[in-house]
Amino acid sequence: MASTVALDDLEPAVAPSAKRSSLAALLPTMSPKLIVGLVIGAVIVLWAIVGPLVVGDPDAISTLAFAHPGTRGHLLGTTQTGQDVWSQIAWGTRGSLIIGFSVGVMATVLSALFGVLGAYIGGAVDEGFALFTNVVLVIPGLPLVIVIGNYVPQNSRGLFLVAVVLAITSWAGSARVLRAVTLSLRNRDYVSASRVSGERTWRILVVEILPNLIPVMASQFVFAIIFAILGEAGLSFLGLGASGTFTLGTILFQANQALALTQGAWWWFIPPGLVIALFGCALSLINFSIDEIINPKLRNSTRSQRKKWGLSPAQIKQLEAENLK
Amino acid sequence: MPGNTVDVIISKMGGAGQTVTPQTRHAIEVALGGGSGPWWQQYGAYLANLAHGDLGVSLVAYPEKVSTVIGQALPWTIALVGLATVISFIIGIGLGTFAGWKRGSWLDNLIPVTTMFQAVPYFWLALILLLLLSRVVQWFPFAGGYDVNSGLMPGFSLQFVGSALYYGFLPALTIVLSSIGGWMLGMRNMMVSTLSEDYIVTAEAKGLKPSRVRMTYAARNAVLPSLSGFAISLGFVVAGSIVTEQVFSYPGIGQLLFSAVSNNDYALMQGVFLVISLSVLAANLVVDVLYGLIDPRTRAR
Repeated sequence: MASTVALDDLEPAVAPSAKRSSLAALLPTMSPKLIVGLVIGAVIVLWAIVGPLVVGDPDAISTLAFAHPGTRGHLLGTTQTGQDVWSQIAWGTRGSLIIGFSVGVMATVLSALFGVLGAYIGGAVDEGFALFTNVVLVIPGLPLVIVIGNYVPQNSRGLFLVAVVLAITSWAGSARVLRAVTLSLRNRDYVSASRVSGERTWRILVVEILPNLIPVMASQFVFAIIFAILGEAGLSFLGLGASGTFTLGTILFQANQALALTQGAWWWFIPPGLVIALFGCALSLINFSIDEIINPKLRNSTRSQRKKWGLSPAQIKQLEAENLK
Repeated sequence: MPGNTVDVIISKMGGAGQTVTPQTRHAIEVALGGGSGPWWQQYGAYLANLAHGDLGVSLVAYPEKVSTVIGQALPWTIALVGLATVISFIIGIGLGTFAGWKRGSWLDNLIPVTTMFQAVPYFWLALILLLLLSRVVQWFPFAGGYDVNSGLMPGFSLQFVGSALYYGFLPALTIVLSSIGGWMLGMRNMMVSTLSEDYIVTAEAKGLKPSRVRMTYAARNAVLPSLSGFAISLGFVVAGSIVTEQVFSYPGIGQLLFSAVSNNDYALMQGVFLVISLSVLAANLVVDVLYGLIDPRTRAR
C-alpha cells in the first residue's frame, strides 16, 4: 500500500524535470538581456492597449500653448494648440504598434511564400520567385513608399494602407535568406525520407521544414516590426503618413511643423522618439536571444575557453630552453 | 498618378494672372515632351531621349533641365551620405573585430547600446542633435549645405569646402551614429563564428602573433558578409537619407525627390529614380570586383 502511494506521488514530480518538452527546447534560455527586452516590450505593448482608455482626449484644444511638463495636470506639457502630449503619445503608441505588428505579419507571410515555397518546389517556379525577389530587393524602399504614399489621396490614407505599403517594400531581404535555408533543408535525408514515404507536399512543408525555419522567421518578424515602426515614423514625418489617426510619427511631424525645435518645446518631440527607441531596443534585445538559438556558436565563449589551455610566456620560455639543450 | 503636370503649370500661370489659351496649353505639352500617341510610343520617345542624355524638363525648377537639377544636387548627397557611410562602415567593422576578438570585454558589452542607436528613428536623432548642438550650445548651424550669406560660390575653394564640412557635420554625425551599430553587431557575430573554426586553432597552434591571427585569419574571413551588405548600403546612398536631408534642409537628392513628389514633377521623379537604380547597380559592380580582391576563392571559379 505504502509503496504505491509513494510511486504515485513521485511520478508527476519527476516527469517535467527529467526531459524538457520539445516546445521548451525551442524557447530561448532566460538571460538578463532577454528579460530586460521582454519587460520593456511588454510594458510598451500593455501601454498601447490600456493607455488610450485611461488618458484624456488627444484632440482637445485648450488655450494653454507650449505648457511645460507638469503644468495643470499635463504630465508631458502641451502642444502649440494646447493639446495634451501625454494622451497623444498613448494613442500614437497604439497606432505605431498596430502598423508594426501588421507589417510584421504581412512581411513574414510574403517572405515565407516567396522564399520557402519557391525553394521547395524548385525549377522554373523557384527561378521566377527568386528573380522577382531580387528585383524587389533592389528597389529602394523609402522613395517608392513616398511615391505610393503621395499617389493615394490623403483622406483615404488609413493605417492599414500604410501598413500594406510598408509590407510590400520590406519582405524581399527575408525571402532571400529563407530561400537559402530552405534550399539546404529540402535535400536533407529526413525530408527525402518523408517524400519517399508518400507524405503530401503541404505536410512536408509545414511539419518537416517549417519548424526548422521558425527561429529564422522569428528573428525576421522582430526586425520587420522595428523596420515598420521606423518606416512609418519617417513617412509620417514627411507628411505622408496615415491621416486621421495618431502614430508616433505624426506627433513628430506636427511638432516639426509647429517649429517645436526652435520654440525649445523638447517635451513635444523627445518622448515619441524615446518610445520608438525603447521599443526598438527591447525588440533587438529579444533578437539577440533568438540569434543565439540560430547560431549556437554565439552562445558559449569558445575562444576564451581555449585561451585557458594555452601556456604562459614563462612556461614557453622554459620549454624552449629545454629544447635547446 | 493623380494630377497632370500641364494642369499644374497652367494653374500656376492662372494664379499669376496670365492669360491661358489652348495654344499655351499645347505649347506647354510639347515643351514637356508628352501628349500624343499610345503609351508605348511615348515610352519609346522617352528612351530615345534618354539615349541622348535628355531627361526632360523639370517642373519644380522650370525651365531647368532635369539633368541640370540632378547634377546640382547629386554631389551634395554623394559627399555627405557616401562619406558618412564609409566612415561608419570602417569604424563599425573595426570595433566589431575587437568586440568579437575579446568576448565579454567592455566593448562587447557596448553592443546593445549601439543597437539602441539603430532602433532610434534617425531623423529624431537629428532633432535631438540639433536641439543640443545648435540651440543649447550654438556650435553648429541649423540648416543648409553651406554658408549662403557669406557670398561663397560652390566650387573647390578652401573656404567653400570648409563651410560645407562645417554644415555637413551634424547630418553626417546623425547617419554615422544610427548606422554604426548594425556593422558592429554583424562583424562581431561573424568574428565569433569564425574564431571557432579549425583553421584559427591551427593558426594559434603554429604560434602566430595574436594580431596576425586576428586580422589576416579571422577578420579577413569574417568581413565578407558585411562587404555585400556594404554594397547594398552604398547603392542606397543616393536614396537613403531623404528624411535626414529634410530635417537639415540639405540641398541633396532626397530633398529633390521629395519636392518632385509633392509637386507632381514626373520628369524629375523618373530622373531621380534612374540615378538611384544606376547607383545601386554601380555599387554592386564595384563590390563584386572588390570581393575578388579580398576573397581569392571567388576568383578561382
